[in-house]
Amino acid sequence: MKLITAVIKPFKLEDVRQALEAFGVAGMTVTDASGYGRQKGHTEVYRGAEYTVDLVPKVRLDIVVADDVADGVVNVIVDAAKTGKIGDGKVWVTSVDTVVRVRTGEGGADAL
Amino acid sequence: MPDLSAGDTAWVLTSAALVLLMTPGLAFFYGGMVRSKAVLNMLMMSFLSLAIVPVVWVLWGYSLAFDGSNGGIVGGLGMIGLDGIGVESADVLGNVPDFAFVAFQAVFAIITVALISGAIAERATFLGWSIFIVLWATIAYFPVANWVWGGGWIAELGAIDFAGGTVVHINAGAAGLALALVLGKRVGWPKTPMRPHNLPFVMLGAGLLWFGWFGFNAGSAVAADGIASAVWVNTLVATSAAILGWLLVDVVKNGHSTTLGAASGAISGLVAITPACAFVSPIGAIIIGLVAGAVCALCVSLKYRWNYDDSLDVVAVHLVGGIVGTLMIGFLATESFTGDPELEGLFYGGGLELLGKQALAAAVVIVFSFVVAYALGLLIQRTVGFRVSEETEVTGIDLEQHLEAGYELTPATGPSRGHAVASASTTQEPGSVNQ
Repeated sequence: MKLITAVIKPFKLEDVRQALEAFGVAGMTVTDASGYGRQKGHTEVYRGAEYTVDLVPKVRLDIVVADDVADGVVNVIVDAAKTGKIGDGKVWVTSVDTVVRVRTGEGGADAL
Repeated sequence: MPDLSAGDTAWVLTSAALVLLMTPGLAFFYGGMVRSKAVLNMLMMSFLSLAIVPVVWVLWGYSLAFDGSNGGIVGGLGMIGLDGIGVESADVLGNVPDFAFVAFQAVFAIITVALISGAIAERATFLGWSIFIVLWATIAYFPVANWVWGGGWIAELGAIDFAGGTVVHINAGAAGLALALVLGKRVGWPKTPMRPHNLPFVMLGAGLLWFGWFGFNAGSAVAADGIASAVWVNTLVATSAAILGWLLVDVVKNGHSTTLGAASGAISGLVAITPACAFVSPIGAIIIGLVAGAVCALCVSLKYRWNYDDSLDVVAVHLVGGIVGTLMIGFLATESFTGDPELEGLFYGGGLELLGKQALAAAVVIVFSFVVAYALGLLIQRTVGFRVSEETEVTGIDLEQHLEAGYELTPATGPSRGHAVASASTTQEPGSVNQ
């Protein structure tokens, strides 16, 4: 099993979610996040003061899927989240040893 | 002496109630601008003014402001406890009872003191602020009210201030600057952004202030007449123009039209039109509003350049706005509104004399109020303490000073502040068991 983590622009969340649902992904965990990559932050002027905004608001998705669909899911996320502008985000894939469904105690791919 | 007028009396009493509402309005205007951990303390600073000033006013404030004028500096002590004022007396104005005048002037004192609190938001001790209210009102506010409205030297000089540009706004603004310097910067300022936690409160407060300000300005006619009506129109249109002026600077300089800018712009226009409202035409009022909105908007960044933490911009809005309005009388006053050929501004062919008088009055009030507030601030700081501890400030002054939080948002993990034990007011029987 693979854990796919994506950090994307917040306004793309709904597009990505719908694309994943259409692809057949059964669930996900979404978290508000903030951070920066090569985009870095930007400066804002508010009430006469200039602020450096280092951490830009993002949304983080965590999805666990079976090994054979991981690449497909990554492609779906990348396609749906892309605007072509700086700050579109990152997607990465991690191997997962065990998953257990709390309600039934099922383990492994059955729990997904 | 004119006859007692029911219409005038009704308007003055109504205006007094309108002006009273400004202080809770100010509490919300300021309360929304602080961080969430200090909202209750900010509201309380205004409410403390509501609690203390009327008592002081009745005991000795009214007497110091309006019992004659000794040397043009301060009133006497003959009306301590409102001594000599009866239900029937109408000696001050003739057309309204003295008690109505006492009421109307009392609410001005309340709001003026409360205005100062924005300069020292999130970090003043409750005791220090309480003492400051009593002392500053006594030493600074009552005398300055006497100078302008009680027949003191500014009135003698011939400088004009219809509803309180010097007495209220320059006075409070200069005191705010002094206290901001005495108390010092908040922990983390200016590196940590300290943005308003509740802008809807700020807008609500600005709206209430605007509403109440019609009592403040039009009520200052102390009659339900044509002057009050003209003042009403000027107060409306100057404020609108000031919102436009501030937002213009916001957009051109910073790229966004902010709600905080709209709210502050409204207040800056109200401040600037306050001294001038009965002396200028509505066109003059629009000019004053536009100038005040733009100038005050440009002045909010001064505190970063000169490194003083005037937290909620009392200086940029009230001191600067008060100066703008007080001085612009010297340009825009017109005989058709002042009713006096002597009171004509530069733009209407008057000389420099009126402008000079206005500038002198403003300058003296700035220096006097600043010095008094600075000295009182130091005195309080070195005796009972005026600034909360760093721990209190960082943790949140609401919880530390008032044992309350503005927003009790219970987390999913359960109550954040302990569990109920036996009710504190119930005496437990020996051996009884808490359920």
